[in-house]
Amino acid sequence: MAYSDKVLEHFQHPRNVGTLDKSKATVGTGLVGAPECGDVMRLQIEVDPSTSTIVDAKFKTFGCGSAIASSSLATEWLKGKTIDQALSIDNMTIVEELALPPVKIHCSVLAEDAIRSAIADYQQKNGIEVAVAEKTH
Amino acid sequence: MTKDTRRVYVDNNATTPTDPRVVEAMLPYFYQMPGNAASRNHPFGWEAEEGVDYAREQIASLINVDPKEIIFTSGATESDNLAIKGVFEMYASKGNHIITVTTEHKAVLDTCKKLEKEGAEVTYLQVNAEGLIDLAELEAAIKPSTILVSVMWANNETGVIQPMKEIGEICARKGVLFFSDAVQAVGKIPVNPKETGVHLMAFTSHKMYGPKGVGALYVSRKSPRVKVTAQMDGGGHERGMRSGTLNVPGIVGFGKAAEIAKAEMHQDAERLSKMRDRLEKAFQDNLEEIYVNGSRQSRMPHVTNISFKHVEGEGLMMTFNQNIALSSGSACTSASLEPSYVLVALGLGDDLAHSSLRFSLGRFTSEEDIDYVIEKVSAGVNHMRDLSPIWEMYKEGIDLNSVQWSEH
Repeated sequence: MAYSDKVLEHFQHPRNVGTLDKSKATVGTGLVGAPECGDVMRLQIEVDPSTSTIVDAKFKTFGCGSAIASSSLATEWLKGKTIDQALSIDNMTIVEELALPPVKIHCSVLAEDAIRSAIADYQQKNGIEVAVAEKTH
Repeated sequence: MTKDTRRVYVDNNATTPTDPRVVEAMLPYFYQMPGNAASRNHPFGWEAEEGVDYAREQIASLINVDPKEIIFTSGATESDNLAIKGVFEMYASKGNHIITVTTEHKAVLDTCKKLEKEGAEVTYLQVNAEGLIDLAELEAAIKPSTILVSVMWANNETGVIQPMKEIGEICARKGVLFFSDAVQAVGKIPVNPKETGVHLMAFTSHKMYGPKGVGALYVSRKSPRVKVTAQMDGGGHERGMRSGTLNVPGIVGFGKAAEIAKAEMHQDAERLSKMRDRLEKAFQDNLEEIYVNGSRQSRMPHVTNISFKHVEGEGLMMTFNQNIALSSGSACTSASLEPSYVLVALGLGDDLAHSSLRFSLGRFTSEEDIDYVIEKVSAGVNHMRDLSPIWEMYKEGIDLNSVQWSEH
């Protein structure tokens, strides 16, 4: 099985690896997946409340190359986006960008879930009505 | 920085390189001696037949059986199918019950599943945390309708060796046939089916430094005289049990590989077990939270299966797979997304099964290769742990079992 160049590139040079302070009100944390399933993603966003814009994003992922690439790409895309724009990121866009094969589509689904979960966490913390219900797959 | 182009192959349980001495023995049989071993009326046929006869002797000698008891096939998958389906059909009047083990190779398990659709009753024995079956459980599972017990000699993923002699004794006492898929054992450790009470045994050339595309089934001819129903119809080759023109160059190579294995197996095993132990010790010294899977007493000398906790196997492999070839029990290496059923059967959690790598050394593995594997894999584990949220949680002292995971 060969990986696409983009997956390899993200795997070899993952963007935004790290941890944000989850106790801060401006930080939203999404932890999705399960160790038993072979992938766990933790995606964090830091939001500027005055503009509802994501100013920073970090991830850590336990998983295969495609899972790591999907979360790395997601953090890259999130930075600078408003919450509403971030909520419109669809897993299929990740599939296309990384040229993921069908067996790896679940990695992109997980990345989308992680984005939504991080945003929901931020909104709950700040008493904002959770804009979009979490999609279930 | 120059690109590291080194290539280390520690996936010898998948397949072994063909020994150059084997290739040399095969070459004349492609052009100078191209005959069909079944052609009885000209020297081309005679030469080919002589080549096959000699190989049959070399192979029989490796496992201490009569050459007439060796049936050539296309490989171990065919041998497994022929043994199990062949016995099921041949002994249909005696019963329909087969006993096997959950950690068997798919060629055995899927054959048994197929037979279940055709009226077989199959018992799948569990293994303990060491990967070993319970002899009392086996004995209790045998009933009047039992015709076959199928237990692999050594496991492909863990290298765990089953208590073959004890199983053979139980089968002899109960009067049931004993078949073993011995693919991973033959040519690497002494295998003697007659002494062990094994009546049928599958093995293959390409796991013992011979060419791919040729395997064998040992079928006992005396006490008991075992017969299997042929699974292919044709010219009645191989005592009527396996029709099809013999793969003469392949068989000659298989024979040469058997001869070399007989001469060098002990020194190879001793050297490889030292290297394997050094590899395990280095990982244990370099890294925390690693687990060797399966029995460390009853196992093959050249194999180790290790779980690197909180790191996913396929991702880990991607850190070095340009340079090092090995296998993972992680789901992601297969299309199924299920982790290794063998490791799960040992009672490992799915998380540890996803975190496993199998290192299988071979005749051409050098000490430098081991140094390189230690360095690269240790670095890969550390890198992947830096990326792993569950490693971070573990380091913070969070009990991962208490976390509400969102299964998907």
